[in-house]
Amino acid sequence: MFENQLNNISIGQPDKIKDEKIKISINDLSSYFGKTKVIKNISLNIPEKKVVAIIGPSGCGKSTFLRSLNRMHEVVGGTITGSIYLDGEDIMKSDPVYLRRKVGMVFQKPNPFPTMSIFNNVVAGLKLNGFHNKKILSEIVEKSLRQAALWDEVKDILHRSGAEISGGQQQRLCIARTIAINPEVILMDEPASALDPISTTKIEELIFELKKEFTIVIVTHNMQQAARVSDYTAFFYVGELVEYSDTKKMFVAPGKKQTEDYITGRFG
Amino acid sequence: MEIKSNMKNFNYYRRKSTNYFMISISFLSALVTLIPLIFIFYYTISKGIANLNLNFFTKLPTPVGESGGGMVNAIVGTLILIGIGGGVGIPVGILSGTYLSEFGHNKFGFLVRFLTDVLSGIPSIVVGVVAYTLVVLPMKHFSALAGGIALAILMIPTITRTTEEMIKLVPQSYREAGLALGIPKWKTTISIVLKTAWKGIATGILLGLSRAAGETAPLLFTTLGNRFWSTNVFQPIASLTVYIYEYSTSPFKDWNDQAWTAALVLILLISVLSLTFRIITRSKYKS
Repeated sequence: MFENQLNNISIGQPDKIKDEKIKISINDLSSYFGKTKVIKNISLNIPEKKVVAIIGPSGCGKSTFLRSLNRMHEVVGGTITGSIYLDGEDIMKSDPVYLRRKVGMVFQKPNPFPTMSIFNNVVAGLKLNGFHNKKILSEIVEKSLRQAALWDEVKDILHRSGAEISGGQQQRLCIARTIAINPEVILMDEPASALDPISTTKIEELIFELKKEFTIVIVTHNMQQAARVSDYTAFFYVGELVEYSDTKKMFVAPGKKQTEDYITGRFG
Repeated sequence: MEIKSNMKNFNYYRRKSTNYFMISISFLSALVTLIPLIFIFYYTISKGIANLNLNFFTKLPTPVGESGGGMVNAIVGTLILIGIGGGVGIPVGILSGTYLSEFGHNKFGFLVRFLTDVLSGIPSIVVGVVAYTLVVLPMKHFSALAGGIALAILMIPTITRTTEEMIKLVPQSYREAGLALGIPKWKTTISIVLKTAWKGIATGILLGLSRAAGETAPLLFTTLGNRFWSTNVFQPIASLTVYIYEYSTSPFKDWNDQAWTAALVLILLISVLSLTFRIITRSKYKS
C-alpha cells in the first residue's frame, strides 16, 4: 500500500527544484549492511548551494543515506546499489579519497584530533596530504576559522590542543577543518545534537552563511532546526523517502498524512 | 515507621563497616605488593653502593684475585643488546600490532593473535635455545647479534599486543574524521590513529625493553659473555645480567659484591631508560 502511495507522486522533484542547478543526483539508491536493506530505492536531486535537510525517526536510515554520499558507508562494510552522480560523475567510479575531498563531512559528536593543536586540526586534511607551505596554511587557518565563526574565540590559543575547547567550539572547529580543504558539498550528520541551545544557534547561523559557498546536506532529529536552516526537506521513514519538497511547503502543508503526523509529533 | 528507621540505621552501619573493611584489605594488598620492591631496592642499594664509583663505569673487569676494576664492557654490552633487540623488536611489534588492530579482522589475524599470546608465554630460556639454533649454529660462534635477536623475540609479543590494545582504544570517530577529510587510510592510520595511541604504545615498548634488559637465560646460549672490551656485534659480548649470574655464583667475595653493584646499575639503567622514554613521548597537551 505504501509502495503505491510512493508511486503516485513525483518524489525527488519539489516544485521549485526545476529551476535549480543539480549538484548531486541520486537514482534508485539502496544501501545495505550485509543483507539488510537500510535504504530502499531512493531517488532525489540535491541542488547546488542550497541546504537540504533529511528528517525522520531514529533508525530510518538518514545517516546511512548521508554516508553513502561520500562513500563512508563502505568504510563500515556497507554496500550500495543504484547510482549517485556528483556533477554528472558517477561517485562509485571515482576514488573515495578524492571524492571525500570534494564531499566533506561533519559528524554528530565533535571529533577534533586530540594530539593536534587547533591550528593543525584545521589544516589536518591539507598537511596530511603533503601540503606544508606555512604562510598559505596560516591564511587557510584564519579564513576557515572565520568562516566557521570561531576565529575570535581561538585566535590567541591556536597552539593549544583541539580537545581543550568547549563542545560547541569543537564542533565549529570540525566545520573549519572540513571547509579548509575547500570541498563542494558538506554533509552534516546531526551536527548540533550534542550541543547546548546557544551553540546550536551558532551552528545554524553558520549553516546559513556556508550555503553561499557550499552545497549542504544536513541530517537532523530536530524538525524546528530543519525548518529554520533548510531550503528543501526530505522525510525518510524506515529507509524509504516519503516526501521531498520545499521546506516551507513541507512544514506548512505537507503532502502526505505520514509527514504531517511526524512533524506535528503524532508519531516518531 | 520505627522499624523502617531502625532498618535504615542497621543497614547504614553495616554498609559503612563493610566499606571500611574492604578498603583496608585492598590497602593492605597494595602494601604487600610494595614490600618485595622495597626489599629489592634496599638490598641492592645497600650491598651495591659500596662498589659504585667511577671505576665501575670506566674500567674493565680485573682478573681473579685482583681487586677493583669495573664493568664498562657489560654496561655497553647490555645497551648494544637492547639496541639490537629494540631495533628489530620495536618496528616488528608496532607494525604487527597495527596490522592486527586495523586490518586483522580475519582468520590470519586470529591466528597471529593466538600465536603471539603463545609466544609471550614461552620461557625465555627456550627462546635462547631457538636463537642458538637459528643464529649461533649457522654462524659457528656466539655473538651479540644472536643475543639481540633472542631479546627481540621476547619483546615482540609484548609490544604487538600492547600496540593492538592501545590502537583499539582510539575512538572510531577519529579514523572516520581522517577518512572524511580525504586522507588515505594508511596515512590516517599512521598520523592520526598511531599518534593518538602513541603514549600507550610507548608503555608497551618500555615494558618490552625493560624485560629484555633483565633477561639472562637467553643470553647464556647466545652472547656467551666476554671479559674484554668488544662492541663487535658478530663477536661474543658482555652483559650486566650474565655478569650478575656469574659473579653472584662465584666463590670470591669481591665478585659477589660486584654482582650487587651490577644489579644496582642495571636497575638504574632501566630507570633512566624509562624516564628518558617518558620525557620523549610526553604529549604536548594534558589529556
